[in-house]
Amino acid sequence: MSAMSDTALQAAPASKARGYWATVGRRIRRDKVSMACAIILLLIFASALLAPWLHLADPYQGSMIRRLRHIGTPGYPLGTDELGRDMLARLIYGGRLSLVIGILPVIFAFVIGTSLGLVAGYVGGKLNTAIMRTVDVFYAFPSVLLAIAISGALGAGITNSIVSLTIVFVPQITRVAESVTTGVRNMDFVEAARASGAGPFTIMRVHMLGNVLGPIFVYATGLISVSMILAAGLSFLGLGTKPPEPEWGLMLNTLRTAIYVNPWVAALPGAMIFAVSICFNLLSDGMRSAMDIRN
Amino acid sequence: MLAYTSRRIVYVIPIVLSVALVCFLLVHITPGDPLVAVLPADASQELAAQLRSAYGFDRPLPVQFGLWLWRAIHGDLGNSIATGRPVLSEVMRAVGNTVMLAVAAAMIGFTLGLLFGLIAGYFRDTWVDKVATSIAIAGVSLPHYWLGMVLVIIFSVQLNWLPAVGAGPGGSGAWAWDWEHLRYLVLPAITTSVIPMGIVTRTVRALTGDILSQDFVEALRAKGLRETEVFRHVIKNAAPTALAVMGLQLGYMLGGSILIETVFSWPGSGLLLNSAIFQRDLPLLQGTILVLALFFVLLNLLVDIAQAAIDPRIKRS
Repeated sequence: MSAMSDTALQAAPASKARGYWATVGRRIRRDKVSMACAIILLLIFASALLAPWLHLADPYQGSMIRRLRHIGTPGYPLGTDELGRDMLARLIYGGRLSLVIGILPVIFAFVIGTSLGLVAGYVGGKLNTAIMRTVDVFYAFPSVLLAIAISGALGAGITNSIVSLTIVFVPQITRVAESVTTGVRNMDFVEAARASGAGPFTIMRVHMLGNVLGPIFVYATGLISVSMILAAGLSFLGLGTKPPEPEWGLMLNTLRTAIYVNPWVAALPGAMIFAVSICFNLLSDGMRSAMDIRN
Repeated sequence: MLAYTSRRIVYVIPIVLSVALVCFLLVHITPGDPLVAVLPADASQELAAQLRSAYGFDRPLPVQFGLWLWRAIHGDLGNSIATGRPVLSEVMRAVGNTVMLAVAAAMIGFTLGLLFGLIAGYFRDTWVDKVATSIAIAGVSLPHYWLGMVLVIIFSVQLNWLPAVGAGPGGSGAWAWDWEHLRYLVLPAITTSVIPMGIVTRTVRALTGDILSQDFVEALRAKGLRETEVFRHVIKNAAPTALAVMGLQLGYMLGGSILIETVFSWPGSGLLLNSAIFQRDLPLLQGTILVLALFFVLLNLLVDIAQAAIDPRIKRS
């Protein structure tokens, strides 16, 4: 932390007009891998969002006579599934639900975890002990097991799977937020704010939030990759959405029976999960090195 | 060392109790009456009340928890609703298969992860490093249940080399250490090994890079030590952290095997959990999760102690 501020101070005269975030932004724009991932993600998001306007086939309309067509069949660029539904349409429509159930838990956990970690780290003492020991309990479960335990107990459904994944990620983000906050708390500018009469709420919101948000954000971006895999995994087990809803994990499950007939069509939904997951991972790595001014 | 070990064990007790509490509460967050699964559809009010008191569901929650915990300590986790057999024996029988799968996967994943990580860290920013880090990031980003399906497509459906599902010929439950049985382990073990491989690679690469940039390495080289000797120092310094990460990964493989066991119908604790969820067999669900979480806590404890044994600095902090 201190090394970062030292170099930031030294670099200040040379780039007076450019702030820290502008520098980070410039560095990430120069990183080819991160930009490629950002573009791929943007395309997947845009197509999922604009799916109804893309003149796709009906993702729910099946046909017994055109089941499990191969990739490249005229009229069905990515083939058809076990009920004769157009795979391209289902993959694009599937992105809507898959991305929502994969990303929402991380956003919820980001808000809750950052708040808890900030309070625990800033207030310290008994409150810190209470929050952090509770967090420890959740660390006693492997995350996949915890997600499945909660989801399995609550029963199948989209809301339940989002709730269970949020519970899985809150402790992880709280830990990161707490350790970053503890690092910033004792820095001089916080002391100065306190000396000038700022209350704890003002200090946390105005002076600390901006300093701790960066590392937590990078960590959360990396978590999206895990969350996508777990959310689709819950659907794959039958704990997420229900057929005939297009969702990548569920599609992968229902297509399992088709691997002896048309294996590569059956593998397509997983490729989508993999693509989103690896892009978020690479983007998170790119942001981490872009923010690490020491390099 | 003894003092450190006993202190760690004392720290674990509240964790174990909280884990038990979470497992106990799991049944109580389930929507609807927990008796639904045992009650016949046309059960009378009296029968329901009778069963409710037999299961103790009419008592206050803290009392129920106390009674449940007392029985759990004595190895009684209740009976499975689906089979009527004791939960503990069902779970322990399945856990053996999961341990076998996790150990096989650990041997593959840790060996490759250590190898890739050391090479990548040592030859940082060369093409070797780029290849190793790409494999690692692909490993941690792969939906492993999908990888399992793809491996089945390639090696079972297309090449017909390895069996797609099960843990032995003819679906028999008995295991034997011969190729006829071992070939059933190959695909699930490779699938399970991918995530730990990626994580160990990334950790060891970062560790190796950090250690190599420290001053003492410069001093070792200035002293005239050969590169192989320098490398020995790197390994010694990286060992405690690498060990901790591997221990954690082994725990994740044991506890998080449900998806892979479902894909391969591997008869372990994950598959048991899956059937418990879908048959609404709550005692079995609760018991399996409790046993797996306790395994995880125990493993973490062992890793902590082992880490302190090889790195004396840890004991002091």
